[in-house]
Amino acid sequence: MPAAPETQFRETLNNAALQNAVYSATGRLMDKRKLVVAPDVLPDYQELRDQAHALKKHTLDNLDHYLEQFESCVLARGGKVVWCKDGGEVAEFLARLAKEKDARLLVKVKSMTSEEIELNEHLEREGLEAVESDLGEFIVQLRRGRPYHIVAPALDLTRYDVAELFTQKLGVDQDDVPEHQTQTARAVLRQKFLSADIGVSGANFLVADSGAVVLVTNEGNGRMCTTLPKIHVAIAGIEKLVPRAQDLAVFLKLLGRSATGQPLTVYTSFLNGPRRPGEIDGPEEFYVVLLDNGRTRVLADREKRETLYCLRCGACLNHCPIYRKIGGHNYPWVYSGPIGAILSPQMLGVQAAPWLPFASSLCGACAEVCPVKIDIPKFLLQLRSEVNKAKRRDRQGRLERLGFQAWAWLMRHPKLYEAAGAMGAAVFSEQEPGRWIRSVPAPMNVGPLRAWMSERDIPPLPARSFRQLWRERTRKKGR
Amino acid sequence: MSTRVSLFVTCIVDQLFPEVGIAAAEVLERLGYEVEFPEDQTCCGQPAFNTGYRAEAREVACRCLDALRGAEYVVVPSGSCASMITHHYEELFAKDPARMEELQSFLPRVWEFSKFLLEVAKVEDVGARFEGAVTFHDSCHGLRELHIKEGPRRLLSKVRGLTLCEMELAEECCGFGGTFSVKFPGISGAMSRNKIDSILKTGAGTVTGVDASCLLQLRGALSRAGLPVQTMHLAQILASQ
Repeated sequence: MPAAPETQFRETLNNAALQNAVYSATGRLMDKRKLVVAPDVLPDYQELRDQAHALKKHTLDNLDHYLEQFESCVLARGGKVVWCKDGGEVAEFLARLAKEKDARLLVKVKSMTSEEIELNEHLEREGLEAVESDLGEFIVQLRRGRPYHIVAPALDLTRYDVAELFTQKLGVDQDDVPEHQTQTARAVLRQKFLSADIGVSGANFLVADSGAVVLVTNEGNGRMCTTLPKIHVAIAGIEKLVPRAQDLAVFLKLLGRSATGQPLTVYTSFLNGPRRPGEIDGPEEFYVVLLDNGRTRVLADREKRETLYCLRCGACLNHCPIYRKIGGHNYPWVYSGPIGAILSPQMLGVQAAPWLPFASSLCGACAEVCPVKIDIPKFLLQLRSEVNKAKRRDRQGRLERLGFQAWAWLMRHPKLYEAAGAMGAAVFSEQEPGRWIRSVPAPMNVGPLRAWMSERDIPPLPARSFRQLWRERTRKKGR
Repeated sequence: MSTRVSLFVTCIVDQLFPEVGIAAAEVLERLGYEVEFPEDQTCCGQPAFNTGYRAEAREVACRCLDALRGAEYVVVPSGSCASMITHHYEELFAKDPARMEELQSFLPRVWEFSKFLLEVAKVEDVGARFEGAVTFHDSCHGLRELHIKEGPRRLLSKVRGLTLCEMELAEECCGFGGTFSVKFPGISGAMSRNKIDSILKTGAGTVTGVDASCLLQLRGALSRAGLPVQTMHLAQILASQ
């Protein structure tokens, strides 16, 4: 099983510019969120979270019903539904569709689902050009990278990085004014929108009782992608269902606020099938790809299926002190931060990155801000236990397991525990009054102690433990 | 007859910071409680539980429950260990009906130290005096699982001579996280430095909190950086006179 990427962690931690970029960008998102969920601005914020949680629970507990209802509504509106097991099947469908329609160019709305299945790479292999039209994603694509953050894909980059990138890749003069950079991207993208054959989007929500695909965006590129090309394909994970349009009254109040600190995003689009007679815009063909890619496996666990409630708002990333230190590229998959730490092991299997559920101080900041109240720390703990079981099956992690068995045995024997403590106190006694211990002799400088002392001093162990002091105290009082 | 209070001092206080346990006892005695220390206690089991060793955690948790059986009140000078008992034992014993039944009557008697003072003893002024500027670190489990936020601040506000200087990142994790601190020392250390920067900005000479484990992490990092800020558990400040 792969070990944690210690070297990459160290590189990220030692990169002062990157640390600053990530810390300040996530900090701004935290501040903005705080303002719009404040009790005087949104008094029913906590009730909304409860409702959102209950709605997601109900939907996922009855997903079979809502998926079928959604499909029949899409069909009734003249659209088509394509069921895909994995990314390969999605790419296959798109390649076939492109061939059929003689399409070469696809424009895309930012979508984590598309990132998850590495759709662009798949399409490239099929000889198709897919262009990301969200500014952040556009930048990431130019770098041939992967998103750093669920909501802000280029969060790790400064405007100076972008200036350099645009000069290099687009041949424009160096310009570090963000507005000018946006204009540059716009000019490139405008041509793509006009000549694209297929528009590809994700979906923030799928409404079961109307067959609508709901997109929440800020830049207007979403509307361009879904209305200009003749064909619109929305690719969505099966967990994106909500029963009724009115349920969005709850989710839309939470999503923008949690993600970017906006009461509502600039655009909220309800896309209901292809253009109908008499309508002046919209695509001629409308497809919804419903993707599994491991979601049914998550769904099978009645408790941990709560992971699928996620709206992909990214608030847990912004508030996670670990994400803010190691950034978005040191996680094993496109989903980073706390949600990634519980989603990846379930979708990829715990063996893919057994260290991941352990890379958390369990501070709980993620669960506190999650708009749908996913109990992330609880699932991290359950996954830790699952990792240990998997390791045991693979005959790995023996030393740690024996260590905890011995520890548990000692803790069940208070007298021996006390004796062990007294031995420790003799070894790690006070060297200088009031001073903590900075180094220990080499033979002892191993394992967890070495790890601790790589960053911190240890306290000298007191000559008498509490229980010894307490006995003395009781004796004195008795006299 | 005075009310009996059993201290569950936690293994970290027993072995590393006995003065915290003594301080907690002194404050409780000053308020008229009869303090007991059931000697069969060791640890709540959290280290194993948080590292994914549930069977081992369960064994230790059984010992904890047995040791504290019959206590009128159990006072724990740690938000994290108190929360382990009150918020996680039920998951640990979900398949053990006998223990689950025991928990029903046991859990309401378990109190984190500052919450006990405010909600059971119903005092804010414990008659303490402490000269100096102090900043308070909200430890995560206390804050987010037990909702300990204003309580310790109310207690500190009544301490004579003490100036409370709030730090900007009071609610940010110190980076301890139990075995996290030794499984990912680099990340954990970086987190502690963030916290320390925020502590230093207040100019306070002392950082306090309700968890000895956070204070172990902070003091360890402060000491490594050669910074003169001292750490004291809330109980130690409230015991000062």
